[in-house]
Amino acid sequence: MFGYQGKILRIDLSTGTTKIEALDEALAKKYIGGRGLGTKIYADEVSPEIDALSAENKILFVTGPLTGTKTPTGGRYMVVTKSPLTGTIASSNSGGYWGPELKFAGYDLIIAEGKADKPVYIMIEDDKIEIRDASHLWGKVVSETTKILEGETPEKSRVLTIGPAGEKLSKMASVMNDLSRAAGRSGVGAVMGSKNLKAIVVRGTGTVPVASEEALKQVVKECTIKIKENGVTGQGLPAYGTAVLVNIINENGVFPTNNFQTSQFSKAEETSGELLAEKYLVKKDPCYRCPIACGRYCKVDDIEGGGPEYETIWAFGGDCGVSDMGSVIKANYWCNEMGLDTISTGATIAAAMELYQKGYIKDEDLNGLSLEFGNADAVVAWTKLIGMREGFGDRMADGSYRLTDSYGVPELSMSVKKQELPAYDPRGIQGQGLQYATSNRGGCHVRGYLISPEILGLPEKLDRFSLEGKAGWVKIFQDLTAFIDASGLCLFTSFAMGGGDYASMINAVIGTDWTAEDILMAGERIWNIERLYNLEAGIDPSQDTLPSRLLKDPIVAGPSEGNVARLSELLPEYYSLRGWGSDGIPTQERKTLLGV
Amino acid sequence: MQIKVRLFATLREGRGKEMFLELEEGQMPQDIIEKLQIPVEDVAILLINGRDGQLNTKLISTDVVSIFPPVGGG
Repeated sequence: MFGYQGKILRIDLSTGTTKIEALDEALAKKYIGGRGLGTKIYADEVSPEIDALSAENKILFVTGPLTGTKTPTGGRYMVVTKSPLTGTIASSNSGGYWGPELKFAGYDLIIAEGKADKPVYIMIEDDKIEIRDASHLWGKVVSETTKILEGETPEKSRVLTIGPAGEKLSKMASVMNDLSRAAGRSGVGAVMGSKNLKAIVVRGTGTVPVASEEALKQVVKECTIKIKENGVTGQGLPAYGTAVLVNIINENGVFPTNNFQTSQFSKAEETSGELLAEKYLVKKDPCYRCPIACGRYCKVDDIEGGGPEYETIWAFGGDCGVSDMGSVIKANYWCNEMGLDTISTGATIAAAMELYQKGYIKDEDLNGLSLEFGNADAVVAWTKLIGMREGFGDRMADGSYRLTDSYGVPELSMSVKKQELPAYDPRGIQGQGLQYATSNRGGCHVRGYLISPEILGLPEKLDRFSLEGKAGWVKIFQDLTAFIDASGLCLFTSFAMGGGDYASMINAVIGTDWTAEDILMAGERIWNIERLYNLEAGIDPSQDTLPSRLLKDPIVAGPSEGNVARLSELLPEYYSLRGWGSDGIPTQERKTLLGV
Repeated sequence: MQIKVRLFATLREGRGKEMFLELEEGQMPQDIIEKLQIPVEDVAILLINGRDGQLNTKLISTDVVSIFPPVGGG
C-alpha cells in the first residue's frame, strides 16, 4: 500500500482501550483520505441522529495520502465529526506539523470514541500508545498546555489540544495544534471537550511509502515551480499573507461591516495587510513543506503569536466596526489561547453588537462592558469572556444563531445552517452566495472559493454580479476543493495548480493512473456523501439558503450598492448540474454513477 | 482632469498609496500605469470606482482607479 500506512488507531475513551485496525485499501482509494475517507468511515459507524456532544459521537483525526510526503504543502489533516454548531457533518482542516507526525508514527487516522470519566490525553510514540491523566492540564490555555506536554513527552513531539472553550463545550471551540494552527470551524473542539479528551501528542519516526520516488520527484519539481512563479502563491501570499485581501474586498464594496449592515468599511486601510506587514509582522510562520509560507507571526505590546488571517481581521475588525489592528491581533491571540474559532467568535460579537444597537441586549446585562460597534477594547474583552463562558460571554459562547434566536430575532445572525458567514458579502458576489448556501458545513468560504474567479480573476475573471455560468463554477470549485481537502494538501495550491497537477501528484504517491476527470469525480463523490449524511441528520434542502438580509435588503452604498443575493435564480440550475432532483436530493441515478 | 489613483500591496513601493494624477480628457488606465511605470504584468486587478475596469476604458474626472498586483488568500 503506497501513500497510506494502512493502519487505523481506534481509542475507546470509555474503557481506556486502544486497538489497531487495518485500513481497507479499496475504500481508502475510493474516498482518498482526510475529508472524504473520514466522512465515509464516520457515516458508516455513527447514527446521524445522535447528539454531537454525547458519548455516542465519535471524532476522527484523518490524514490524506499526500500528508507527510514531499509534495508541496503536504501536511494537512482533517477533524471529522458531527458538528455541535450546525448538526451537519463537520470537517475542519488544519496545517502545521501535527498531521505529518501522525503519519510518521504509522497511522492514517485516529478514531476517538466514548467518553473518559476524567480528563485524559493520548500519547502516541510510534507503536506505543498510552491514555494518560490530564487533570493537571484541564482549564489551561493552549500555550500553557503545550508547554507542559512538551516537558513530559518525548522530544520533538507535536501537540494537538483544546483550550478552555472546548472544555466548556462552546459550540465555536476549535481544535488547536502546533500552538496557533486551528481546525477552527464547526465547534469540533467541543466534541473533544465532551469526551474529556484534552490533547493528543504524537511522535513518529517512520516515513510514508511512495509508489514512485522518481515520478514524485519530477512532479514535485514541476508543481513547486508553478507555485513559485504564480503571482498569488509566489509573491502576494508570501509577502502579505491572507491579510492582503482587506483592501481588495473593501474596494469592491463587499467587505461586510457592522454585522453586514453595510458593505464597505471607511477605516479598512487601518486594518490592512499592508499595515500589518509594516507595523506588526515579526516573521513568517510556515506549515510543513510549504513553499508559500502565508502564515504570519505578529506582535503588539506584550502579546505575540501566530496570525492574524484575513478572515480574523475582518471578523474582529470591520464586522465589529473596529479599526485598531493591535486589538485585532490581541483578539486573535486570545482565540488561539482559548481554542476558539476566530470567524464565529468575531461574527458572534458583531451580532451581539447589533442586538445591543437595536435594544434587545440591555446595559444591565453587560456588567459595565461595552457592546457598541467600534469599541476595540471590548472586542478583546468579550473574546476572553466567551472562551471562559463568564458573564454575558456564556450567552455568546454557542454562536450568533442561538444568541439572536434567544431574543426572537434569528435573522440577525449572519449565518448559514447556524455557522457564521466569513468575510465576503455575497450580495455583490453571486457565485459565492450560491456556494455559501449549499456548503455542506454551513457558512464557509473554503468549501468553494468563488472569490478566486469572481474577484481575483483566477483562473479567469468572471463578472461578479452576473449569474451566467455560476452554478457550474460553484460545482467544479466545490468538487475540486473536496478532493484537495481529502488529499492532505493545502487549498492555496489551487491558485497555481489544476486538476491535472493533483492527478500527477496522487498518481506518483499512491500508484494510480487517474486523470483530472477522476479527481473531480472523487471530489463529487465526497460532496455527495456529505450531502447524504446531512439529509439523514435532518438538515433538509430548505436550509440551502442565506440570511434574509442578504436576500432581501440591497447593499446600501458603495460599488455594490443596490444588489441582493439572487439565490433563488441559481439554486435550481445548481441542483440540476449536481444530478439531484429539483427537491435538492441526490437521485438514485447519480448515486449509482458515483458508487455511493 | 484629475484622477484619483489608489495603489495596493507591492505596487506602493516607491510610489505611495494614493495620488491625484493630471490626465487629459479621454485618457485611460493604460496611461496611468505608464506614468507610474507599473509593468502591465503587475496589474492583476484593475477597478474603476470599485467595478471591474479595463486598461482601455476612457476615464472621466470623478473616477477612482484602484490597481492591485496578483493577490489572494482566504
